[in-house]
Amino acid sequence: MGGRTRKVLGVTAMAALLSLAPHAGLAAGGPTTVELGTLSRLFAPVPFDHAKHTGLAGSCAECHHHTLGEAPVDPNCARCHRANQPAKSVACRECHPAERFGAEYLARLAANPQLYHTGKPGLKGAYHQKCLGCHRAMGGPSGCEDCHPMTEKGEAFYHTGKYAPAPHKGGHEE
Amino acid sequence: MKKIDRRIFLKGGLAGGAALAATGTAATAKGAGTFNGYPNSMGVLVDLTKCVGCRTCEAACNKEQGLPAPDKPFNDTSVFDEVREGGQKRRTTEKAYTVVNRYDVEGREGGPVYRKFQCNHCQEPACLTSCFVNAYKKTPEGAVIYNPKVCVGCRTCMVACPFYVPAYAYSSATNPVVKKCIMCYDTRLKFGRPPACVEACPQEVMTFGKRTDLIKLGHERIKANPGKYVDHLYGETEVGGTSWMYLSDVPFEKVGFDTTLGNQPIISYVKDFLGMVPVVLTVWPALFTGFHLLANRKEAKKKEEENKG
Repeated sequence: MGGRTRKVLGVTAMAALLSLAPHAGLAAGGPTTVELGTLSRLFAPVPFDHAKHTGLAGSCAECHHHTLGEAPVDPNCARCHRANQPAKSVACRECHPAERFGAEYLARLAANPQLYHTGKPGLKGAYHQKCLGCHRAMGGPSGCEDCHPMTEKGEAFYHTGKYAPAPHKGGHEE
Repeated sequence: MKKIDRRIFLKGGLAGGAALAATGTAATAKGAGTFNGYPNSMGVLVDLTKCVGCRTCEAACNKEQGLPAPDKPFNDTSVFDEVREGGQKRRTTEKAYTVVNRYDVEGREGGPVYRKFQCNHCQEPACLTSCFVNAYKKTPEGAVIYNPKVCVGCRTCMVACPFYVPAYAYSSATNPVVKKCIMCYDTRLKFGRPPACVEACPQEVMTFGKRTDLIKLGHERIKANPGKYVDHLYGETEVGGTSWMYLSDVPFEKVGFDTTLGNQPIISYVKDFLGMVPVVLTVWPALFTGFHLLANRKEAKKKEEENKG
């Protein structure tokens, strides 16, 4: 995970904002850009234009659920989470585990039979389901490389670019 | 004289009784033996509504299993337009243990449905039942694995599989064997890690966990999203249950699933017959020897008397 080391100004800015002004400041928009790169391997980090998306989303809760203290959008969440109950952190990775199916997280799930959020997506799933879900619904860019260009590792993994298979030869034409 | 006759009669009676008793035991033996799966076996819940058809799972499988390079790059979506013999969509092959297909479902909002397809890892696998060299094994972790060293390449499992999963190494002239998904058993599952496709999927279409938990999770997801899903978990009961199960928002038969398979494991259709084989082999010789002795009693007696006289 080369991207894990990439510390991001935006995240720091967001943390600073959080500590200074609980949510009055965030309601005004939060950080301007956030580089999403902790999972980056096959694709380059995403330079996420946070300011642009706050305008489009309408509500912070659209992506941040109940963590900013807004009432959740999903009625299923609203059964427990109410307004004015901000969480300690608003970062996706604080709740959505990077290793969703790792032995450690699965053991944590198994150890607590009372746990409600057992089907919560991991970090990669949360990013893609949330981003792509909205992009597809609103007609935004939805190709993989529209948000993050493929790395060389990615090209090798997908057998594409300079690792693309040689053109099909032989009598069988498809 | 009379004494001997009685002895023979008793012998015959004993043989008959033993035969009856043996049939009785056999009947209970074949009635039992229903296997409900290993209690802690793992599984995968596939939510078809989340798949966007990026084929990352195919690439991950190729890499993890060390399969040969594909004919087309894994980010090439033109493969969805390919049509096989008889209008079929792509199938698993010796070079691809999993494939994603696209289904255009009329009237569905949000575009086509993409369906990932691989071995479903049955609780009571038909391939295992059909294999006469015992190459297949259902592991306690849930995977259906096979030993290519004992596989003789007879392809009976390919006929037996209700999902048409096992592929054949037609390319190998010297040692053609069957090839299929093993749920990454050797490299991941036996160490408690999820299959490569599950981990690679960007959309988290697949959830890896204990099969019993996944059944609960699947039904919870149906309940939490009223009107979204078809109220059925494909694979929970089909052919006796499979380790891989599916959620869909369109009827399963519209996206390539066989909904006519029923809930009986394939072995149930042959269990009665197979249960009979040992009975036939052990009881019939004794029984018919008895009959033979009884039937020939008079003749033997006649001969004996003739010899006397």
